[in-house]
Amino acid sequence: MKILETKNLIKRFNGIHAVALLSIGIEKGQITGIVGPNGSGKTTLIDLLSGVLEIDGGEVIINGVRKLAGVLPHQISSYGITRTFQNVRLFKQMSVLDNILVVATKRSVFTSLFEKHIEYHYEISEEVLQKVGLWEKKNQLAMNLSYGQQKLLEIARTLAMEAEIYLFDEPFAGLFPEMKKIVTGIILELKQKNKTVILVEHDIGLIRELCDQIFVMNEGKLLAKGKPEAVLKKREVIEAYLGE
Amino acid sequence: MEYLIHLAILFSIYAILGVSLNLVVGYAGLLSVTHAAFYGIGAYTTAILLTKTGVGFFGSMILGVIIVIALSSLIGIVLSKFKGDYYALGTFGFNTIIFAIFLNWQNLTMGPFGISGIPKPELLGINFANNFNFLILTLIFLGLIYFVSRFITKSPFGRVLKAIREDEKAIVVFGYNTPYFKITIFFISAAMAAVAGSLFASYLTFIDPSSFRLTESVFILVIIILGGLANLRGAILGALFLILLPEILRFVGFPPDIAAQMRQVVYGVILILVMLYRPQGLMGEYKL
Repeated sequence: MKILETKNLIKRFNGIHAVALLSIGIEKGQITGIVGPNGSGKTTLIDLLSGVLEIDGGEVIINGVRKLAGVLPHQISSYGITRTFQNVRLFKQMSVLDNILVVATKRSVFTSLFEKHIEYHYEISEEVLQKVGLWEKKNQLAMNLSYGQQKLLEIARTLAMEAEIYLFDEPFAGLFPEMKKIVTGIILELKQKNKTVILVEHDIGLIRELCDQIFVMNEGKLLAKGKPEAVLKKREVIEAYLGE
Repeated sequence: MEYLIHLAILFSIYAILGVSLNLVVGYAGLLSVTHAAFYGIGAYTTAILLTKTGVGFFGSMILGVIIVIALSSLIGIVLSKFKGDYYALGTFGFNTIIFAIFLNWQNLTMGPFGISGIPKPELLGINFANNFNFLILTLIFLGLIYFVSRFITKSPFGRVLKAIREDEKAIVVFGYNTPYFKITIFFISAAMAAVAGSLFASYLTFIDPSSFRLTESVFILVIIILGGLANLRGAILGALFLILLPEILRFVGFPPDIAAQMRQVVYGVILILVMLYRPQGLMGEYKL
């Protein structure tokens, strides 16, 4: 069953198509890789799916019925979508714990004003921070963490959202091998829980290891799709992506 | 003693202004220089109602707060479209407009002549014409406003404000409709400034537009930058420091003919030193 589909999706920047008539379907409970050379439109696609950028044309369909067209950016998360960013975007002058708690509580002005943090909020914060090994650093400011730890905190923040679709934009970039293992474990655990993961990644080894299917993008268009082993052997993919 | 009470009253009023502005600047990261406008509206509402109608002090304060909430909500809606420096420029514009109204709507505000003969409050037989009683009154309001501000900043709402300050685009992705949060904190802060304005008008018994010009907004901003952004006690410390500093400098012993200018110089040098060596302010948790 397709949990997310794009149909003829378009995004233009100054007349140039960053995403051009892109139609892809993402299966529920699978890990889908989005690969392609720099500037191929991968991050733009993630930005469109998460509401950071406005869609210029085409549509995004969730669960076969709900369409993202006309939905305000802050409403996208209610469709069960969450994400990390290619360049880490934490709330840097806030503590590690606050970076998690801020996404674990109610969203409206009134309820957030009078809501008290209950045990559950702290439990989920502890659970996700333990998972990425940052619980001991919960009172540190996010800005004082190393780059790798900041990336892990960003991933922990998405886990606290308890979403259905996780968009991870280059989550392994700049991580030490130990940290890569943690992220790999998290992605596989999400799959085990029947969550959907969309992974933008340059590391072909990780793509092969983790992904059930991949989409190869080039110049905003879909170049190839299918199982990683088969797709990565295609000549046009090797030419575009590996430059060979 | 009477002079110390006078300074304590001024400190309390500026502490209210500092604590309330810190909610917008320190917590939400919105660089506002229009606080004096709301402070002025609170002061003028009290001054006009007490001198021209039978409304009492507390009634005038409530009405001032209501007017300010309505106006600041409208201004907040407009300002929520701006970010960073443009937000500051927008607030700059509003302070200038409100000041021009105070100065030119002569039928209502008496223009540059100001409004005099504003009576002191009276409640349950307590006459606040006595300065000590008035000090207790301002301290009670300072306590209330501190308590409300603390409640806000410790709530999940306060945490969202900080997240908006840090990265508004990112917090939107996690489902927060940020303009509502920005407008809400803006009008709460403005309402608190109106309370300070009512106290100020009634205490001095005379107000004119000069107390509410842009430089006053900048002075309140300096209080919180010096005391510490995103720290309520820092705002109080900043008010204490900036209200008492000119008084302390009186005793330094500068030659009488240049004493006033030297006090300004020392005042400026201290500010520069704090900014150089303690940019987050004395107790701040956030750097601009």
